Amino acid sequence: MKSKIATLLALTTAGALLTSGCAPARTDDAGVIDYWLWDSAQQPGYQACADAFEAANPGLKVKITQFGWDDYWSKLTAGFIADQAPDVFTNHVGKYPQFVDLQVLVPLDDLQATQSINDSDYAPGLADLWKGQDGKRYGVPKDWDTVGYFYDEKVTDAAGITREQLLSMDWNPEDGGSFEKIIAHLTVDTAGVRGDEPGFNKNSVAVYGLASEGAGGENLGQTQWGAYTGTLGWSPLDKNPWGTRFNLDDPEFQKAMAWYYGLVDKGYMPSFEVFGRNSGSYQQVAQRKAVLGMNGSWMISTFATIPDAKLAVAPTPVGPSGQRSSPLNGLADSVTRFAEDKEAAGKWVAYMGSHECQMKIAEAGVVFPARPEATQRSVEVRREAGLDVSPFTVHVEEGTGFTLAVTTNAADISALTVPGFEAVFVGQQDVSSLTELNSQINRLLQLTQ
Amino acid sequence: MSNTPVASGSAKKRSRSDLPLAVLMIAPAFIGLAVFLLWPTIYGIGLSFTNFNLLTPPKFVGFNNYIRMIEDPMFWNAAWVTVYYVVVNIGVQTVLALGIAVLMHRLTQSMIVRSLILTPYLVSNVVAALVFFWILDNQLGIGNHILVSMGLERIPFLSQDATVIPTIALINVWRHVGYTALLIFAGLQTIPESAYEAAKVDGASEWQTFWRITVPLLRPILALVLIRTIIGSFQVFDTVAVTTAGGPVNSSRVLQLYIYNMAFGRFQFGYASALSVGLMVILVVITFLQYRLTRAGDTDLN
Repeated sequence: MKSKIATLLALTTAGALLTSGCAPARTDDAGVIDYWLWDSAQQPGYQACADAFEAANPGLKVKITQFGWDDYWSKLTAGFIADQAPDVFTNHVGKYPQFVDLQVLVPLDDLQATQSINDSDYAPGLADLWKGQDGKRYGVPKDWDTVGYFYDEKVTDAAGITREQLLSMDWNPEDGGSFEKIIAHLTVDTAGVRGDEPGFNKNSVAVYGLASEGAGGENLGQTQWGAYTGTLGWSPLDKNPWGTRFNLDDPEFQKAMAWYYGLVDKGYMPSFEVFGRNSGSYQQVAQRKAVLGMNGSWMISTFATIPDAKLAVAPTPVGPSGQRSSPLNGLADSVTRFAEDKEAAGKWVAYMGSHECQMKIAEAGVVFPARPEATQRSVEVRREAGLDVSPFTVHVEEGTGFTLAVTTNAADISALTVPGFEAVFVGQQDVSSLTELNSQINRLLQLTQ
Repeated sequence: MSNTPVASGSAKKRSRSDLPLAVLMIAPAFIGLAVFLLWPTIYGIGLSFTNFNLLTPPKFVGFNNYIRMIEDPMFWNAAWVTVYYVVVNIGVQTVLALGIAVLMHRLTQSMIVRSLILTPYLVSNVVAALVFFWILDNQLGIGNHILVSMGLERIPFLSQDATVIPTIALINVWRHVGYTALLIFAGLQTIPESAYEAAKVDGASEWQTFWRITVPLLRPILALVLIRTIIGSFQVFDTVAVTTAGGPVNSSRVLQLYIYNMAFGRFQFGYASALSVGLMVILVVITFLQYRLTRAGDTDLN
């Protein structure tokens, strides 16, 4: 009996040793830089950079791992907790302030390779987004994005809307300007009547003029309404980055929101119920259920896969300020404090922001690289492929892009804004409820400063 | 007679020598219980009195998390949404399962039927949720295509607040009803056949037999099945996470989802622990009441 128990104990101990033996077995051997990104379309471009980097730095290897957007952030979180995080990873402005608070990022000013990064080498405003409240740099800009309307030229031609009309749209919060007239005309009900014709049945729409991208609470309307409210001279924060007061109580802003969500009642944009949460502007345009699909420039290669379409892009409309406007965002690469060789990780980050790698990214033609000369090349690559992407670049050339809101406690704020804006979108609440939402957010920011 | 003292003496000796062995036999189970259940529970309750983000050391904050919980409208909303879900889920599931079990008991002895009824339970929750998510999709789902082909309006099952909780509740009924029916069926087999024969002799109809014999004699089993399914039902998470992620607005933000987002999305592990303790208290109270009200410990069979 006793010997059996002893065997059992020995077995369990062996099991425990085995499992604990697995845990510290980290994948990064000496000289291997573990790099994560979420966009599979960008992986080939960065692999080309990694090959060149390895050739130039004997003894260093880069291992690129890609996870889809949702898995990416939960894997990263788990990695930080379990000490299994990558050395370098692609970071997002909506997420990095929290990582700074959690003290998992290395300030890049402390690393030799990245301390001499020059802000003016990158598109204006991009580098500033990545400086923490302590003034230190936590990411080197790698690309930028703005928004525009993707559409199938065959559909607009059939509706008699010319490219010139789409290039010169204007907008105001009262009647929506020529932009609203165009989406009204592009909307068709199940009986074939257009949205601007008498007898239009808004309760039985076959094709919507404007695709829906949800309520826009998560990134404050980046691909929903930010392009309109931006032309009012309105900005979400008192200062960006690191503002402490939100402006969702502005009556002008609320008027614009009432106009935007009102498009659902007019039948020009699908309601939340029609497509649910899993179908955005890409799916709606691809299914030919909507004509103009607002989305970010990072979606160019995805929209380009729609079969039998003559893809084109229109710029966001000119608003009351007399200018166009678009949310401008950019990704950057950060070094984690779990990196074994932080200087080597810094070298790789600096290389990805360098002219050499950025030109490779431009050739890959997926995103707009952060350096202006590389952006130029990227535009040419697109033009050779038959797509005019100037509706995206116009915001950088004319300085009409405004950067996404960067604050502390971003996860807590989006836990308020996501349901808050959705309640207005589905018609549960009036736009005036945004005033209450605003004071909740401001109180949260006050309490945590 | 003269042997007695010797015998009792040797018995005493044996009981002394049995103790270490007994401890050794119990030890694995006890260590498992302590390491995997007791310690995490105590640790979790301890964390609920701190602010903790998992990466920097916890900071003691007293009852602040509990005060915040009582003032948090999202917590109360999540609690009500969860209760609504449990009522629909358990109500429909129990009635259906009881019906199926009685039919299996009284009508057929077929193993094939019994196996078929259990098959949905073999599908994982996430897979079942995903499949129904696409079946019920407003645009592409075959469910809505059938509605339209019958000349009815489309129903946005999972994207409008009026239908979202009942829909999720029924998806989980589909998955769990067979298993619950099987548990009840096992209970039915403990009812002696003689009770049914006596009822037949007395000329009772099938309907009378059900209400006068089956239901009363099944009560203790039914009560235990209910306690088990209600606790499981309160822990709904995966179906919601896959189909709606809490929306539209907050209409399907159940407690477990709120706790999960609080911990792993917002890194507020202290407050998330307090919310978990809140859920535990709710479950303890409900289970205690249920146990007392249904007299689950007694039987009417003797």
